[in-house]
Amino acid sequence: MNDHHNHEHVHTIEGEQVHHRLGEDIIVVENVSKWFGDFQVLKNVSTRVHQKEVVVIIGPSGSGKSTFIRTINRLENHQRGQIIVDGIELSNDIRNITAIRREIGMVFQQFNLFPHLTVMQNITLAPLWVRRWSRDRAEAKARELLERVGIPEQANKYPGQLSGGQQQRVAIARALAMEPRIMLFDEPTSALDPEMIKEVLDVMKELALSGMTMLVVTHEMGFAREVADRILFFDGGQIVEEGTPQHFFENPQHERTKLFLSQIL
Amino acid sequence: MALQSPAVPSPSSSEAPPPTEVGLIRWMRENLFSSIPNSLLTLFTLYLIYLLARVLIGFFATADWSVVTHNLTLFAIGQYPRSEAWRTLASLILVVVLLIASALFWRSSTTARRFLLTMWFLSPIIITLLLLGFKGSTALPYVRTQLWSGLLLTIMLTVVGITASFPLGILLALGRRSNLPIVKVLSTIYIEVIRGVPLITILFMAQVMLPLFVEQKIDVVIRAMAGITIFSAAYLAEIVRGGLQAIPKGQVEAAEALGLNPPLITSLIVLPQALRIVIPAIVGQFISLFKDTTLVSIITLLDLLGIAESALAQDPAFQFHKPELYLFLAAVYFVFSYAMSSAARGIEARSSRMGGTSLL
Repeated sequence: MNDHHNHEHVHTIEGEQVHHRLGEDIIVVENVSKWFGDFQVLKNVSTRVHQKEVVVIIGPSGSGKSTFIRTINRLENHQRGQIIVDGIELSNDIRNITAIRREIGMVFQQFNLFPHLTVMQNITLAPLWVRRWSRDRAEAKARELLERVGIPEQANKYPGQLSGGQQQRVAIARALAMEPRIMLFDEPTSALDPEMIKEVLDVMKELALSGMTMLVVTHEMGFAREVADRILFFDGGQIVEEGTPQHFFENPQHERTKLFLSQIL
Repeated sequence: MALQSPAVPSPSSSEAPPPTEVGLIRWMRENLFSSIPNSLLTLFTLYLIYLLARVLIGFFATADWSVVTHNLTLFAIGQYPRSEAWRTLASLILVVVLLIASALFWRSSTTARRFLLTMWFLSPIIITLLLLGFKGSTALPYVRTQLWSGLLLTIMLTVVGITASFPLGILLALGRRSNLPIVKVLSTIYIEVIRGVPLITILFMAQVMLPLFVEQKIDVVIRAMAGITIFSAAYLAEIVRGGLQAIPKGQVEAAEALGLNPPLITSLIVLPQALRIVIPAIVGQFISLFKDTTLVSIITLLDLLGIAESALAQDPAFQFHKPELYLFLAAVYFVFSYAMSSAARGIEARSSRMGGTSLL
């Protein structure tokens, strides 16, 4: 499997694909299965993500796509198979999990900002307590990130005083403050009012252009078409089809993919 | 610009609400005399108020408060040696100064806040040492705790009960939610057993059973404090557990995703939010702890209530003025309880106004 993949990797360097030249596999998922009770949510899922690749995961609800990205930073544990992130295999070893979580930022559907802390405290919390940065350094980083997501003036407000779109941008800044190598987005715009979706997607686009490795679960097909290097289509706990946006939207092979696209587009 | 459209009010100038003011007569007709049964009820209630007022006015007209005024020092510090009474006054002044300093400087800077917090944590220790004194010292001679009585004893039992049972209650609540089976089972047993036993029983048990665990003789006041702490901690644990359960799972997941370890998640994310939710219930528990301290009279300690009853025995003349005495005691208990609950309302209002507060 590995040999085959390396071969493909070398091959694509000579070819024209953009993302494949960008680096090695930072996430390797091999035959991962997971059950909730008797229900199998993930069925032998395998995929690899390159550095700086933007992978968009779509599929009907209940297809296992959220569960899948939550296994990458072990918010969900997998019961069979192997997940290797940045050369470290995810196991029950708590030190490995903490080490990996430091390198992976995550943005949630419900934002999950800490309501008792100000925006500034939300962003600096992990750098101060996990990275052990000085307060000056953490706050300088936070201000830089708030500037980047376009809300520098909100630093001293509490999350409850912000709009949904602003909260989600704070959540992105909070994740980026740890200087992660990978960002996971779990339906980041699904809880937002329509007029706020764009401001969050714009931040995500900018992040993708800057070369961040991203896994994004979303229903925003425009974003997928524009930003994704690769799209994974999940159904019934499996990756039913994967490919470039062009392949995916213009020439889908699988019946279930065609059905899903016909319903959503 | 020249076009006028007066019929449509612009969105920025919304109309004032219609006047709601009504006259007194109209208010009475609408609320007190709206129907015949309502009118009858109003008249009957007025009659009851009249009867009550007549009794009260009669009582206050002839009331003799000398039972209170003669014994104020006794009520305040009980049998604490009068020559050493300045030490109780000094303790009181320390607390008052801390209260004023907190009101003035709490918001001014983090350094000031840290200093005040430290002083608040140290003050019970300072006050205990000040009141207890040291054996063989001439400046601060030792005062047996048996001589602590009156409001002084009530307050000391309450303060020690609160400061000791609060952390213990939090630990028990966390223990009950722990993944470690032994910790979980022990915490659960503790909480359920203590909550199933009356405080009086626990106070007796503390008298009889604590000496079984510790070799040397333990002071009776310490035993009472231990009993109250053990009792209150179990109730606090259940209150805190309720708060912990109210914190959404997403909060923990977000903290985990940032790489925080479980102790940090608990102390920085979960507990601060959980405690804020249960402030009213915690203060309620502290108020009932304060009132429950009266039960120590059954283990021969003289708290405010106990010392007041002993005052009755001193002078036969006081026997006829029990109502004055008990009214006064009720007022003292009420003032303290009410102060605690309004302080809690203040904290609540402030934290909801700010969207949250933080000690960080």
